[in-house]
Amino acid sequence: MKIFDKLTIDKHEELLMGISPHPVKCGNLLTIGDGKVYPEINFTLPTMLITQETMGEVRRHYSEMMTNILARAKALNVPGFVVEFEQLPPMTDTPEWGAEITELIKNELNKFHIETGIPNALRVTVLDLRDADHPPLLRTGLPTEKTLKGFELCAQAGADILSIESVGGKEVHDQALMYGDLYGIVASLGILAHRDMSWLWKQITEIANRYGIISGGDSACGFANTAMQLAGQGMLPSVLAAIDRAASAPRSLAAFEQGAVGPSKDCAYEGPIIKAITGYPISMEGKSACCAHFSPLGNIAAASADLWSNESVQNVRLLSGNAPEAFMELLSYDCRLYNTALDSGNGLMMRDMLVKSDVPHSVEALMLDPEVVIDISKSIVTNTGGYAQTKAAVAIAFSAIQKALDNNVLSISDTEKEWMTKMETAISSFGETESEAVEHLQMMYGDVFKLEAYGL
Amino acid sequence: MNELLNKLAVAIARGKVNQKSPFPPDMKGEFGADELTKQALEESVAPAAILNDGLMIGMKTVGDKFESGKAFIPDMLIAAKAMNVAMVHLKPFFDSGEVELKGDFILGTVAGDLHDIGKNIVRMVLTGNGWNVIDLGTDVKPEQFIETLKEYPNAVIGMSALLTTTMMQMETTTTAIKEVSPDTKIYIGGAPISQEFSDKIGADGYFPDPNKFAKHLASVV
Repeated sequence: MKIFDKLTIDKHEELLMGISPHPVKCGNLLTIGDGKVYPEINFTLPTMLITQETMGEVRRHYSEMMTNILARAKALNVPGFVVEFEQLPPMTDTPEWGAEITELIKNELNKFHIETGIPNALRVTVLDLRDADHPPLLRTGLPTEKTLKGFELCAQAGADILSIESVGGKEVHDQALMYGDLYGIVASLGILAHRDMSWLWKQITEIANRYGIISGGDSACGFANTAMQLAGQGMLPSVLAAIDRAASAPRSLAAFEQGAVGPSKDCAYEGPIIKAITGYPISMEGKSACCAHFSPLGNIAAASADLWSNESVQNVRLLSGNAPEAFMELLSYDCRLYNTALDSGNGLMMRDMLVKSDVPHSVEALMLDPEVVIDISKSIVTNTGGYAQTKAAVAIAFSAIQKALDNNVLSISDTEKEWMTKMETAISSFGETESEAVEHLQMMYGDVFKLEAYGL
Repeated sequence: MNELLNKLAVAIARGKVNQKSPFPPDMKGEFGADELTKQALEESVAPAAILNDGLMIGMKTVGDKFESGKAFIPDMLIAAKAMNVAMVHLKPFFDSGEVELKGDFILGTVAGDLHDIGKNIVRMVLTGNGWNVIDLGTDVKPEQFIETLKEYPNAVIGMSALLTTTMMQMETTTTAIKEVSPDTKIYIGGAPISQEFSDKIGADGYFPDPNKFAKHLASVV
């Protein structure tokens, strides 16, 4: 297990888009984090069912999406790119289907590379089926077997980077989030999710190593992104969602402790913290992922991105062409601008514009401010163990929000201010030890999770 | 008596579960929903009055705050938690038929879809609004909805889906349910869903907001 006890990037000025201390070589001669930002295009099916009977249509859609995307990549002469194939539930439930689409996409990428010389790579994100049971068993059972088989078959079929949005701890975090129970949020992420990540990513890295491919990274999508989306709909306080983001970082770091080397997942907005700590490249998504979801982080998300993603878009017709190729174009132009800034020595200026354009409008954007990122990252590496790291990250994030409010960098509603008070009280009541925190989880949410699923 | 029910309504709206609960801090040591409901019953307040003039008023207060942006889902759920504690005392009166819940509500995420947080929010809000919610969980096949409907023939059904590749299961499920029970009301929700989609598949409505949905349900039963 790797121990990250100091920052790889310890000055906020060095936390910059396109540049990673430890670039990742993968796929067809692509090096991620080598000084350029590359598009990471993701796409999905239009509204349809996936069954044995519709698999022909499913293949046709993926084939069409690849043809169109590659035509755009060639027309715009992109310096390199990543295609993400994010599996839909039936594609992991029948892992052979996921592998079949993986092979189809990889063949297209290989042919394209031979034809154009443009570097590329394929990220395959297997769906985590392990929460099919209630409470989830996570380490045993058919859903777990299928999820792991999905990795194995996709690695065989040509995946260059393996990823997942894993769900261990989510069953508890969901409840804690809904009740605004910050102690429960911290304990579910710092203990349960962290333990599950360590268990899962050890195996993913082992599969990746066996096939000579990349163990990429995870995302706290089901955790902090759920909070962010609910906050965006006025259902949760934004300040709670922001704190949840910081709290998710030690959990996502666990993949890297077990051998992941990046690029982390596009929807892992905790990515900048991971990059500062590990020095590995990250993927991010912001304004150009509005096809999939709205965001309070549209510009700032790009500030330290090595890959720039659109999250997901359906294969539907637009005026220009089909949506996946349109978003390939959008990402390509975004990256062209960022790379021009980097090449001309204006990368830091570009980054700061991205940061300053979002921070005054969103407490969640503040969490991605490079100075805040470095402070949170420091708090993580100077503590040991998921729970202690998560508590520390939350305390620093809370202070950063309070400081920004005190300095009028941003403002929040009175209703949100009430939640700052509630969270301050909660922070002071966190149990000292992991066992105290587990007791809290058992008392509050003992009916939704099993200790043995986490090796407890 | 009215003062007691007013206190109960406040305890619900503020999420004061019982005297021991530390939340909210400014009500520390005061009676919560637990003690106030017991007291009301001891003082022979009619159970229906406790429900309608105490508990539901409290839920309405927090629901209205939510709608005006002055409260969040946790505030509603903490209120619902206080209400559930109070409801334990009223259970014998529900069992005897002296007091009635608003109705039965069968809820589930459709087949092939494992997402459940949206569904869970609906469950908690409806429970707090006096519905008997039968939560079938995730990946619920049409036949599971139909089987449960046999047990609760007057139930309203709610379905959730998050994926564009699973939302079509809503059509399959709606068609199957309406075939055996045309009058059953079916409501749908989830990120890719719209009223247009609801109309297209023959469902009875789409609601993006759980509180508005609870109000709508109250108006149609």
